[in-house]
Amino acid sequence: MTKTLKRLDLIFKNEGDSEAILEKTLSRNNEDIISDLIASGLKGRGGAGFPTGLKWRLTGEVEADQKYVICNADEGEPGTFKDREILSSVPHKVLTGMAVCGRIIGATKGFIYLRNEYKFLVPKLRTALDDFHLIMDKLNLDFRVDIFMGSGAYICGEESALFESMEGKRGEPRNKPPYPTNYGYNGKPTVINNVETLAHTYSIFKYGAEKFRDLGVKDSRGSKVFSVSGDTPIPGIYELEFGMTLQRFVDDFGDGDAKAVQVGGAAGFCVPRKRFEKTIIGYQGKLTGVSLPTGGSMMIFNSSRSMYNVLHNYLEFFVEESCGQCTPCRVGTQQLLMGVEAVKRGDKSSDYLNKLLELSEIMRQTAKCGLGQSVANSFSSIVENFKEEMIY
Amino acid sequence: MASVKIPDTKVQELKAICQKFRNDGSELINVLHGAQELFGYLPPEVQEIVADELNVSLAHVYGVVTFYSFFSMLPKGKHPISICMGTACYVRGAEKVLDEFKKLLKVKVGETTPDGKYSLSCLRCVGACGLAPVVTIGERVYGRVAAGDVKKILGEY
Ligand SMILES: NC(=O)C1=CN([C@@H]2O[C@H](COP(=O)(O)OP(=O)(O)OC[C@H]3O[C@@H](n4cnc5c(N)ncnc54)[C@H](O)[C@@H]3O)[C@@H](O)[C@H]2O)C=CC1
Ligand SMILES: Cc1cc2nc3c(=O)[nH]c(=O)nc-3n(C[C@H](O)[C@H](O)[C@H](O)COP(=O)(O)O)c2cc1C
Ligand code: SF4
Ligand code: FES
Repeated sequence: MTKTLKRLDLIFKNEGDSEAILEKTLSRNNEDIISDLIASGLKGRGGAGFPTGLKWRLTGEVEADQKYVICNADEGEPGTFKDREILSSVPHKVLTGMAVCGRIIGATKGFIYLRNEYKFLVPKLRTALDDFHLIMDKLNLDFRVDIFMGSGAYICGEESALFESMEGKRGEPRNKPPYPTNYGYNGKPTVINNVETLAHTYSIFKYGAEKFRDLGVKDSRGSKVFSVSGDTPIPGIYELEFGMTLQRFVDDFGDGDAKAVQVGGAAGFCVPRKRFEKTIIGYQGKLTGVSLPTGGSMMIFNSSRSMYNVLHNYLEFFVEESCGQCTPCRVGTQQLLMGVEAVKRGDKSSDYLNKLLELSEIMRQTAKCGLGQSVANSFSSIVENFKEEMIY
Repeated sequence: MASVKIPDTKVQELKAICQKFRNDGSELINVLHGAQELFGYLPPEVQEIVADELNVSLAHVYGVVTFYSFFSMLPKGKHPISICMGTACYVRGAEKVLDEFKKLLKVKVGETTPDGKYSLSCLRCVGACGLAPVVTIGERVYGRVAAGDVKKILGEY
């Protein structure tokens, strides 16, 4: 097996210099820091890839008596476990990013929204927070960070559902716009960033925008932390450059028999072997072939796996995790699940799959939030590429 | 559901939790976390007290309790067993592991053994997919579990 992809060691490297980096960064003015973030090309690592510098700038420009910085550590995308590792090994990088963001936008309060399954991280995080608050006092910065525990709902990773949940309510997504930049937690302007996004800002503060920008390819800059699982001899967490082809990824991580890779979890896309060469891991840009963004989940399936079972598992997941607030998603996910079961049993003809594909497209257009809108990603990419497996 | 009588001392403890959060309705989820830690689950009687103390409707409390999978209205076993059914675990044989637990404990998913020792549930991705298939018992995480390991694991409790 050739091991060709360059492994990077930016994010997990711990030099114990957070106080110095924080001091150095805060000695610069807000606009310079933001310009650097924008120049670095850093985009949100939660999956959707919104430019981080721009998000901070927009939130800074809004007038309000209170603002918030929130670190999204709900990490629910099936097959993702990188945020947990970042928070447990380099929490100070995440906190540094939050403090700088707080200064820039004018927030005095931050939260880490931590997935309930990661409760075991709390003692370690509290220690990191104590150290961090000492530094805040020393630097005369009025900024405090608390932990908010999630309660076991995938949808609460969606930012507006997360705010609702923090406000003590059911985690039901709001309409967007208004975006959190204007209307977030408690209705106040809020920057919400993924754990990894915040940790990357640290590298940018430390090494400068150039060094980050030099990594990756056009429109997809910097490094990315991937969670590799499924049929691989080396499951785990890897920091790699953005912009590789899926073929190169599979050459390094597959077991030699990969028939498909699910990029981006249940909300992402399933790529069959014949497309490995033409698929690039990164945000949509002017690249040849197809670029696929991902929050970091890379799940490999070898030829012994039934793609019908994989799809069935995703659909059950969506049925269970749909918040039920809007009809296209609540009913649509159930219909898709019952539909593929009926085709498999032979109660419906294979043409029925086309009806289901249409339904998933309607969900993409009419569902209220990213959950319902993205069901079509995995649904259509599995059904279209593995049609025989759906029928026989 | 049979009604549950909550001893007065526990009622006081519950009220203290509410006070810790300034009886603030927007702290409902934090209060419920505390309440579930105190009682192990959230029967209607507990929800009523919380609703009164925080001055929110019982329907609101119930709506929140039933929305989040972490909150349970039924008591769990002393050793709650959860099998991950996330995709990574599922494709690597989680179902067989689940079947083995069902067979050995003679309970269905969502049930507790009559002696109250074990309860069985499924969950979705605990963030240990590299170790698939994954089983958690209480705070402990077991990775790369095969159906054949189940008996030995239960023997530890
Ligand atoms: N990391 C994980 O565990 C999971 C990640 N996801 C990912 O989540 C993504 C969907 O997330 P969404 O938040 O629905 O995406 P989105 O595209 O609505 O937003 C992305 C970010 O940009 C901000 N934004 C977008 N347009 C803006 C504007 N005009 N002004 C100000 N801010 C703006 C949003 O507030 C948000 O923070 C998917 O790509 C999916 O891959 C989904 C499930 C789990
Ligand atoms: C159903 C759903 C679940 C999500 N779960 C997460 C999550 O667990 N972690 C996360 O960082 N973003 C998640 N997101 C994306 C967030 O809404 C938001 O875009 C992200 O936190 C913004 O941070 P970023 O700009 O740093 O990526 C989810 C989105 C949807 C639609
Ligand atoms: S799309 Fe689904 S998860 Fe999102 S608001 Fe509608 S029902 Fe809820
Ligand atoms: S799928 Fe089981 S731990 Fe992630």
